[in-house]
Amino acid sequence: MMWVLLWTDALVFALVAVIVTFVLYARKHEHMRAPWREVVRGRIAVAALVVLMTYTVTGLLDSVHFRKALPMQDGQQEVQYAGDVVSLLDGLLGDLATQVEKTYSAPFATTLYTRETVIAEDGTQQRIFPRLKYGGAHLADPVSERVGDIALRSLRALGEALLIILLLYALLSAWLGRRWNTGSAAAALRMLRGETDVPWRTALVTLFVFVFLAALIVNLASVWHVFGTDKVGKDVLYQTIKSIRTGLVIGTLTTLVMLPFAVFLGMMAGYFRGWVDDVIQYLYTTLNSIPGVLLIAASVLMMQVYMDTHPELFETMEERADLRLLFLCLILGITSWTGLCRLLRGETLKLRELEYVQAADAFGVAKATILMRHLLPNLMHLVLIAVVIDFSGLVLAEAVLSYVGVGVDATTMSWGNMINRARLEMAREPMVWWSLLAAFSFMFMLVLAANLFADAVRDAFDPRLRAQR
Amino acid sequence: MFAYIIRRTLYAIPILIGVNMITFVLFFVVNSPDDVARMNLGMKHVTPEAIEKWKADHGYDQPLLYNADAPGVERLTDTIFFEKSVKLFAFEFGSSDAGRDIGADISERMWPSLAIAVPTLLLGLLVHVSFAMLLAFFRGTYLDLSGVILCVVLMSISGLFYIIAGQYLFSKLFHLVPVSGYEPGWQAWRFVLLPVLIGVFSGLGASGRWYRTIFLEEINRDYVRTARAKGLPELRLLFRHVLKNAMVPILTGVVVILPLLFMGSLIMESFFGIPGLGSYTIEAIQKQDFAIVRAMVFLGSVLYIIGLLLTDLSYTLVDPRIRLS
Repeated sequence: MMWVLLWTDALVFALVAVIVTFVLYARKHEHMRAPWREVVRGRIAVAALVVLMTYTVTGLLDSVHFRKALPMQDGQQEVQYAGDVVSLLDGLLGDLATQVEKTYSAPFATTLYTRETVIAEDGTQQRIFPRLKYGGAHLADPVSERVGDIALRSLRALGEALLIILLLYALLSAWLGRRWNTGSAAAALRMLRGETDVPWRTALVTLFVFVFLAALIVNLASVWHVFGTDKVGKDVLYQTIKSIRTGLVIGTLTTLVMLPFAVFLGMMAGYFRGWVDDVIQYLYTTLNSIPGVLLIAASVLMMQVYMDTHPELFETMEERADLRLLFLCLILGITSWTGLCRLLRGETLKLRELEYVQAADAFGVAKATILMRHLLPNLMHLVLIAVVIDFSGLVLAEAVLSYVGVGVDATTMSWGNMINRARLEMAREPMVWWSLLAAFSFMFMLVLAANLFADAVRDAFDPRLRAQR
Repeated sequence: MFAYIIRRTLYAIPILIGVNMITFVLFFVVNSPDDVARMNLGMKHVTPEAIEKWKADHGYDQPLLYNADAPGVERLTDTIFFEKSVKLFAFEFGSSDAGRDIGADISERMWPSLAIAVPTLLLGLLVHVSFAMLLAFFRGTYLDLSGVILCVVLMSISGLFYIIAGQYLFSKLFHLVPVSGYEPGWQAWRFVLLPVLIGVFSGLGASGRWYRTIFLEEINRDYVRTARAKGLPELRLLFRHVLKNAMVPILTGVVVILPLLFMGSLIMESFFGIPGLGSYTIEAIQKQDFAIVRAMVFLGSVLYIIGLLLTDLSYTLVDPRIRLS
C-alpha cells in the first residue's frame, strides 16, 4: 500500500488541526466555554451536531487516500502500485464501487430498467428485462423472495444498531455516573428521563438513526442496489456517499481560504483608517461589484484553459480532479471574503474607540499587539458566526455551479454532478428518479443540519441577541 | 444632497476601471490569446499558422498593451487592451468568438429576461412580506414557530430541486403549462407563469425569515408600544405603523438588485429554455465563448454599481439625516 496525500487532503487535515487547537484553547477560557455550553444545551442543536459529525467522519474517512499494491509477479523486484487512488471509505464500503451493472436499474431491483433482446435456450429471440449481475443475484426466485430478504436484512440491521446504541448508552452512563458521583444506574435513569443539561437522550436517538442507516447499508448494499444504478450501471448509493467529501471540502476549505483575507484586511482597514482604509474599501467594493456567479465562471473558465494547455502538470486523473476542486475553493474564497471583511471593518472601527484600546495605545503597546491581543479576540464571535452561516450556502452553491458547468471536475463525485446528469434522465419515459432523489436528500440533510446548527451558534454568540433575552 | 449624489457617482468611476482591469487580467494575462486560440481549435496538432489565423479572424492578433510598430497614438489604441477592454466603457461589446454582434444580442435578449424577473420580484415581495407579516402577527404562537421551521426547511432545499420538482409536477404530470420554451408578446404568459411561481416559492424561506426579523424588530420599538397603549387595534397597528417602517429596509434592500434584473436568472432561464440574458451567459460559458462572458461580467458590474447608486439615492429619500448632512 502506498499512501497518497492529495492537496485537499492536506488542507482538510490542516483544518482539523486548526479546529482541535481552537477547541483546546476554548476549553481553557470560561468566556468561550459559556456560549458553547449554551449551544450544546439546545436539543435541536445537539441533533444537528450529531448529523454534522456523521457527515464529517464520513468525509474524513474519504480523505485518507492510498494506492493498492498489485500482486507480485514472478521475478519482479519492486512492488507495483495500482493506477487508481482509493480512500479508506472505499475500503469500508467493500465491493460497492466495483459492482457495476450494464445500465439503469431501480432501487432494490433485480432486473435492468430497460428491455433487452436475448436468445432463449430454445433459440427464439425474446424481449425481457434481464437479471442484474449483482443486485439481488443471491436469490433464486426474486419475485417471491425479495420482500422477505429485504425485511430480514433490515431487521438484522435494526438489531445491530440497537445493540451498538445500548452499548454506547451503557458506556455513557458509566462515564457520566462517575463524573456526577451518582453511580451509573442513576445517570442512566436521568438520561432516559431527559433530565440532563446536555440533551444526551436526543443525541443518542439521533445517533441511533444514523447507526441504523449505516447498518442498513452494510447489510443491504452488499447484495442490493439500495438507490439503484445510473446510466453506466454504477451504484448510486456509492456515488452519494462519495459526494459527501466534495460538499464538505467546498464548504470548509473555502472558508479557510477566505478567513485570512477578511480578518487581516478588515482589521487593518478599521484600525488604521486613512489611506489604508480607502485602498481596502476600494478593493472589496470593486470585487463585490462583479456578480458572483459571473466572476466565478470567468475564473473557472480561465483555470480550465490553463489546465488544458498544461497537461504535463498532473500525474493521475485524481490529482487533476483534486487540483480543480482546490482551485474552485480558492476562487470561491477570493470572491466571498468581501462581506465578512466589511463587517469586521465596521466592528473594528467601533472597538478601536473603546477605553481599553485607547489605554493600550496610550501605554505605548505596539500596534500589532493591540490588533492581535485586544481586537482579534473580540472579533472572533463574528468570524465564527460567518463561518457556520456560509457553510450551508457553499454546499448549495456547488450544485448550482456544477450545473452551470463551472463546478468540480466531471470525474469528481459530487451532488452537483449527479443532479446535472440526472436532468436528462427526467425526460426519459418512464422516469429515472432515484439518483436525483438520493443526491437531493443527502444534500438536504447536511444543509438543514448546518442551518439549524448555525442558528444555535448565532443565538449563543451574538451579544446583541443575548441582550434581547 | 446633490454634492453627496455627485460624490457617490464619481466614486463609481475608479470602481469601473478596477472591474475592467480585473477582467482584462483574467481573460488575457492568465492565459495568452495563443492558449485561447489553441483551445478553440481543438487541442491536438494545431499549427502555428492556424493559431495566427484564428487570432487574426477574432481580433486577438495585436500586442496586449503597447504596439511598438504602429505610428503615433495608435501605439496605444491598436492593442488588445484598447480594443477589447477600453471600448467596453462605451458599451461597444464587439463580436463574439462565434462571430455574432454581442450588443445586438443583448438588447434583443433582455426582454424575455425582464418578463421573468420583474413579475418574480413584484409577486415575491407581495408574498414574502405578507407571509412575514402573518408570522409577526401570530408571534410566539405555534403558528409562528411552525412558520419559522418551514422557512428553515425551505431554505435548506437546493434551488435546483424546486425547479425540477415544479417542472415535473405542473408540466409533466398535470400538463398545465409547457415544459419549456418562449414566445414573444402576450402569449409569453404560459411560459412565464411556472418560472415566476417557482422563483417566488424558492425565495420564500430566506426572505420570509429575514422579513419576519425586521417586522419583529419594529414591533418591539417604543412608538409601537405607545400606540398600543393608546388602544390602537393590533391589526391597524401592524398595517399603519409597523408595515410602513419595516418596508424601509426591505425596499432599500430590493433597490440594489433592480438594475440586475436585466441580467435574468442563469438557472431558471436555462431550465425553462427562455432566450434571455441568463441562458445567453450559460450558453457562452458552456461553449467557452470568452468574448460574451467578458461582456456579461462588465455589464453585470455596471448594473450592480448603478444599483448601489440607486440605493444611496433611496436612503437620502427615506432618511432625512443623510439628506440634510
